[in-house]
Amino acid sequence: MNNVRMAAASRNLFLFLFAAFLSMPLIIVAGVSFNATRRMSFPPQQWSLHWYADFFGDPGWMGALELSLFVGVASALLAASAALPICYFGWKYMMRLTTVLTGLGSLPFMLPPIVLAVVFLVFWSLLGHVGQVEDLVIAHGIVFMQLPIAAMALGFRSIDRALIDAAGTLGARDEDVFRTIVLPIVLPYIVSGALFVFLLSLNEYIIAQMVVGFAMETLPVKIFNSLRTGFSPSMCVGAVLFMLVGLVGYSLIAWIGDLPKLLGSESAK
Amino acid sequence: MTLVSPPDLSRYARFVQRTGRLGGRWVLAWPAVILGIFFVIPFLLLLRVSVAESGFGAMGNGGFTAASYLAAFQNDVFVYSVVFSVVLAAVVALISIAAGFPFTYAITRMSRRAQVCWLVFVLMTLSLSEVLITFAWQVMLAKRVGISNLLVWLGLMAEPVSLSPNLGAVLACLVYLVIPFTVLVLFPGMSRIDPQMAEAARTMGATPARTFFTIIVPIMRGPIVTCLMMSFIVGIGSYVAPMVLGRPEHWTVAILISKAATASNDMPLASAMSVLFLAVASVICLIIYRLGVRKV
Repeated sequence: MNNVRMAAASRNLFLFLFAAFLSMPLIIVAGVSFNATRRMSFPPQQWSLHWYADFFGDPGWMGALELSLFVGVASALLAASAALPICYFGWKYMMRLTTVLTGLGSLPFMLPPIVLAVVFLVFWSLLGHVGQVEDLVIAHGIVFMQLPIAAMALGFRSIDRALIDAAGTLGARDEDVFRTIVLPIVLPYIVSGALFVFLLSLNEYIIAQMVVGFAMETLPVKIFNSLRTGFSPSMCVGAVLFMLVGLVGYSLIAWIGDLPKLLGSESAK
Repeated sequence: MTLVSPPDLSRYARFVQRTGRLGGRWVLAWPAVILGIFFVIPFLLLLRVSVAESGFGAMGNGGFTAASYLAAFQNDVFVYSVVFSVVLAAVVALISIAAGFPFTYAITRMSRRAQVCWLVFVLMTLSLSEVLITFAWQVMLAKRVGISNLLVWLGLMAEPVSLSPNLGAVLACLVYLVIPFTVLVLFPGMSRIDPQMAEAARTMGATPARTFFTIIVPIMRGPIVTCLMMSFIVGIGSYVAPMVLGRPEHWTVAILISKAATASNDMPLASAMSVLFLAVASVICLIIYRLGVRKV
């Protein structure tokens, strides 16, 4: 019994240390962002929202934020719109084409980002179409397509085939079945998949830097560039913003979808 | 008709009989075109450019030559950075799995609500940009605000110091980047382990530690191998952390490739380096996979 209690105590200590390791940098950055003075200090000597006003009043930061949000939304729509037919027809007919497309759509996510950055840089340079927003949207859409594919495949697999058969027996056409049965069941997975793409695109750095970095700055690129020119607490505000968006985004996914299941857990506790 | 491969003909016939149409399968043209034009063709172009003669256009002069590959091989800095990146990624992967494995096990034994909270937290740190994480670590290791102040306060250090740039800072930051991936790769397999197995071991007198090492770890062999590969890939591709927190001798391949592509504007060289890098990463993943399979 003593052994079990010891194990529980050491487990809790381990969990605490783990959480501390993961949250310490975030806490310090958040603390610095609430500081009244320009000099870094933690804990803040004087609390102030000065740097938040600074951040939201600066056209440079706001422009970067807008660009990041636009690229995130557009690439999420692109990736989800391409993943949906792949998963739908893959689920319905098991065609060889859908298998190939699933593989192709999942592959970029496994490659090192620097290689993808060079791939897209070479491609757009050869086309003579460099430094455009759509270059980055397409690049992110392709790179993160694996996430909606995986999420949607899971959603389609969770549909009870008996429902489809019953609808067919009752005379529903394929379109009706898709609209009234398939879509409502799969919708949470579609939304989660798109949200994953949005959140990863928002935070992606190296591809954004190499493909369009010389023409425009997304938020991570701007933070990196200011990192090199010197410290400013506005950067911490940008970082806090990212944490909040991530926290809200994933809580949203957990709320609309089944997060443990999306991540691969099968047991419903 | 081209959409249908031979083995599917019977299915297709049945389907056409029922609806008399392609059933909207033309929609598949959308992902096929997107992936073809924007992934397959660009990738082939990378291979093409890597064997082009470098010269005055950024893309080289066309032609076929292995000069860029030779240049990469003869470049000591590049070869050193490949070796360094591999070792660094391997160390990071091992540390991450050593910490992430027991953590994942612990959260899969929690209630569903607690699991969701931990997962949201882990996912948030996972998607945080490498730039942000590096920046956060830089702040944390700085002389004025960082953990050295905490150590001074605890009496472990005489005065606050700056803890970067050095290899330790790079390692800590990379482990931070990789751990969420290890947790998410291990999570599915771990959450499917039947809790009764551990209970059975315990009723037969095994200590929790013994149960963990003799029951849980062997069951998770497959996911551990996948996890090592995944962590390795994330680590070997790191860019910002070594650049900001390390010294030039800690620079990874990614930094050199990006310098070749943007600073020297030598696309054939950057492409050749990318291909070599990809080849090295693939071979090592294959080795990890083989090692993992053989011992079963």
